[in-house]
Amino acid sequence: MVEVIQLLINGILLGSILALGAVGATMIFGVLRFAHFAHGDFMAVGAYFALSVVTVFNLPVLAALPVAMAATAGLAVAIDQLVYRRIRRVQPVILLISSFATALVLRSLIQMIWGSSNQVYQTGIQLPWRIGPFTLKPDHLLIFLAATGLVITVHLFLTRTRLGKAMRAMSDNMNLALITGIPADRVIMATWAIGGALAAAAGVFLGMDTRLHPVMGWTLLLPIFAATILGGIGRPYGAIFGGLVIGCAMELSTLIIPGSYKPAVAFAIMVATLVFRPQGIIKGTV
Amino acid sequence: MIEIERVSRAFGGLQAVREVSFTVATGSITGLIGPNGAGKSTLFNIIAGSIPPDSGAIRLQGEDITGLPTHRLFHKGLVRTFQIPHEFSRMTVRENLMLVPAAQRGENLLKSWLSWWKVVREDREILRRADDVLAFLEIDHVRDELAGNLSGGQKKLLDLGRTMMTDARAVLLDEPGAGVNRTLLGKLAEAIERLNRERGYTFCVIEHDMDLIARLCDPVMVMANGELIAEGDMASLRQNPQVREAYLGTGSSGQTGTGT
Repeated sequence: MVEVIQLLINGILLGSILALGAVGATMIFGVLRFAHFAHGDFMAVGAYFALSVVTVFNLPVLAALPVAMAATAGLAVAIDQLVYRRIRRVQPVILLISSFATALVLRSLIQMIWGSSNQVYQTGIQLPWRIGPFTLKPDHLLIFLAATGLVITVHLFLTRTRLGKAMRAMSDNMNLALITGIPADRVIMATWAIGGALAAAAGVFLGMDTRLHPVMGWTLLLPIFAATILGGIGRPYGAIFGGLVIGCAMELSTLIIPGSYKPAVAFAIMVATLVFRPQGIIKGTV
Repeated sequence: MIEIERVSRAFGGLQAVREVSFTVATGSITGLIGPNGAGKSTLFNIIAGSIPPDSGAIRLQGEDITGLPTHRLFHKGLVRTFQIPHEFSRMTVRENLMLVPAAQRGENLLKSWLSWWKVVREDREILRRADDVLAFLEIDHVRDELAGNLSGGQKKLLDLGRTMMTDARAVLLDEPGAGVNRTLLGKLAEAIERLNRERGYTFCVIEHDMDLIARLCDPVMVMANGELIAEGDMASLRQNPQVREAYLGTGSSGQTGTGT
């Protein structure tokens, strides 16, 4: 029992990281109608941006977080303007393939700039807290709180601001949004900025939890897509829920099968969702 | 208000609209009728900028708007509804309406931070306007429902409500009565009449329900096989042999089936 609860704690942590990635990916899908394969690499880029800030200015990671988020948001918008905007009107599959190319380019750039070996934000051992039979690292609590804060911010953005509502409208009914005069270009830019910023946060949190590596984001892309599909593609709230479910499922699976099969668990859930409930498990609401 | 001048459009070998010219006068409710396949919807799509014409011109208050995309026309004050109503299904009815007014301050994130009180004031104004529209159309009891859950007729009213949120003066209605029950139809007709009378909206209406056309529209344009074959008020059109032929389908095949 103790073991299950400990794994659930780990699962919620992994889940909040996945959720941050999945929210961005699902919003990009909702507005632009393509699966963004470079999303995992946005995460990695964000993590490395934070690493630069940490090493150059000798700041704590959380202070570097806003810088990394802003820089990645800028990068995402720039990539969209440079690459995706030109091919927006062609078939979505071409966008998908070019996002794959973007992913490769980003990953190679990371290797060129920061090297391909493992790196960490801070060396040394952080003593975990012991609460009864459970262990919790201070970082984990920080990650959980920060992720929750970001999710609430996104929620407020989507429900309270005009731009957020316009974004929901575009992902709901693109044609109607265009003919009712919603400023599509501005919404698209905002979508990239938010998607990029959230991906960067997810990357930084992942780096805090484990280590930085050029393929850190790429390996998480599959669970992120699984979370997106589980929650219903294009639905931010579904993606949060999907992220938490996939995270917990991946951690809990280690009770039964070896830990190296964790990604397979996400994959299995994704396939099962697509077979039995392709519209996602949350229905009705946003 | 809207001048349609010698507009033609073919799809492959099919001449859907052929040299059609007429004017929708300011302040009128102009009807557009004709049997299925007459080219009414194609003509509507051309006017609304969904498809470009092969030849001919469309003018809105004297300004050439031929081939302008729909969202540009929206900003020029020409809006349309659809035969099958469109809605943002995962947003509430009220949110659906509140999205419509163009050039809102809150859509620019930077400005919305710098002058949030203006955004709040503007939002309140739009909210009030949306609630007015909902009350006008008598669908205020469903304002917090998700629009996707509305009945077909209520969606039609919502579509009409959307046009009321704009400063548009010319509205194209594509079969507003299709799939709407009789009671709701009365309400819809009343709303259209009131908008026309009280707010000076100009309408151009495609409709198959002849009672609705007779109640609302003057003048009425009749199309058949892509051509404009008659215009006038409904009473005189009912007597027009050409119109009766077009609707009954006799004789028209010999005239127009061969094409020109």
